[in-house]
Amino acid sequence: MNVIYILWLRSLKHWVRSPAQIVASFGQPLLYLVGLGYGLGPTFAKAGNGSYLQFLAPGVIGVTVLFSGAFSGIGLIWDRQFGFLKETLVAPVPRLWVMIGRTLGGATVAMIQGLLVFILCLVFGFRPTTLLAVPLFFLTMALIAIVCCAFGTAIGARMQSMQAFPLIMNFVMMPLFFLSGALYPLQGLPKALQVITSVNPLSYGVDGLRATLIGQSHFGIPWDLGVLGAVAAVLLVFGAWSFSKIEL
Amino acid sequence: MIQVQNLVRKFGDFQAVKDISFDVKPGELFAFLGPNGAGKTTTIKMLTTLLHPTSGSILIDGLDPAKHQHEVRSRFGIVFQDSSVDGELTAWENMDLHGVLYHVPRKVRRERTEQLLKLFELWEKKDQRMKTFSGGMRRRLEIARGFLHTPKILFLDEPTLGLDPQSRNQLWTHVKALNESEKVTVFLTTHYMDEAERVAQRIAVIDHGAIVAQGSPAELKQQTQTDTLEAAFLKLTGSAIRDESANSMDQMRQMARMWGNRR
Repeated sequence: MNVIYILWLRSLKHWVRSPAQIVASFGQPLLYLVGLGYGLGPTFAKAGNGSYLQFLAPGVIGVTVLFSGAFSGIGLIWDRQFGFLKETLVAPVPRLWVMIGRTLGGATVAMIQGLLVFILCLVFGFRPTTLLAVPLFFLTMALIAIVCCAFGTAIGARMQSMQAFPLIMNFVMMPLFFLSGALYPLQGLPKALQVITSVNPLSYGVDGLRATLIGQSHFGIPWDLGVLGAVAAVLLVFGAWSFSKIEL
Repeated sequence: MIQVQNLVRKFGDFQAVKDISFDVKPGELFAFLGPNGAGKTTTIKMLTTLLHPTSGSILIDGLDPAKHQHEVRSRFGIVFQDSSVDGELTAWENMDLHGVLYHVPRKVRRERTEQLLKLFELWEKKDQRMKTFSGGMRRRLEIARGFLHTPKILFLDEPTLGLDPQSRNQLWTHVKALNESEKVTVFLTTHYMDEAERVAQRIAVIDHGAIVAQGSPAELKQQTQTDTLEAAFLKLTGSAIRDESANSMDQMRQMARMWGNRR
């Protein structure tokens, strides 16, 4: 238990101690809110869909959690490179604990980032319509964070160097984001896109956030949470398994 | 304390370690010497549960690392060839984290951390982040950390690589002192023959995966009829240069050095 706690604490310390990184992490969400939110707002309103900012904000929060969580998982590769990973791998503790401590730490940081972006959205004029669903909002965010962090860990455990990173960025992370319903409604999409978005776990995450914040949902909250929970469980097992296979 | 018999490790067709056997007695300072790529690190990895042997047996304090992984792990401390500290954490936090990973009770953890940091002259710097430390200071912290959980064996894989003579000298003084006061068995590898000659009670020379000579420094010199350990070493292993190809890990390390050790 102590082991999980101290590794969790380590992730938080890392986050707090790199203010530059914290500031940088606001860059992307800010661009989405200003560039897309304000830029596409009039068109969205003309199409009769109401405020685009209201629609977009949960998506931006979801994406923040996605990137933050996945990167902290992939961050494993830095620990491998700078050597700290070895220290945890020769210690007399099960690797599963190490993996859980790391994942919970990364997920916590991702949630904090998501909350900060939520506040940023408020500054830009986003207004949640329901406050009753706050616990569900947190639960959804936690599940997205765990899914992404475990997924990142599985990738990080398999990568030998950072060279494959742009590949993962362009062919995994960006598609997850663009094909998730974070930016557009899932109703009335072309068939192919419909299929893709409905197998993308992030779709359910963003949908869950939207349901809990503005009461709009495509799949329904039980589906959102159910799918996220199941994917989280599978990825945790897969991530832990990948982590246990790391050889130095 | 360490018993190795007919140990073999293959990577595909390549035999990195070929049927080696040796014993290290409790409390001994044992040096494992060999040119680059001779199989030193592979052997250390097998002794420290990081790699499974292809065949042969290892006993660490009477236990088989393959069967009693955690028990074996809690019995040794290790200082790797390259740094394994967390640069974003302070010296104190690195020690504390290590103590938790090795299940050292809180009170003991604090006492021993204080005692070891003072011994290794790092106490004043305990609240500084590791990334601000020099190479020598990092190394000292890693060795102090290796002693924290009162291991029975300390593995040192080229601990003095890249250190100035002052740091090297000081480092060995501390290691020798702890070897005597805590009766820790020390298993070390190094490329500096003068160090091995000064510190080690017994030496095994490994080349191309096989042990070519074993004995005290004096015995090795006598065997080869040379007057320094360096000459004995060259006589035993020849003077051909060994080239190791760089893998992606080495390239990354190089990149990491270029960008400054952030973590």
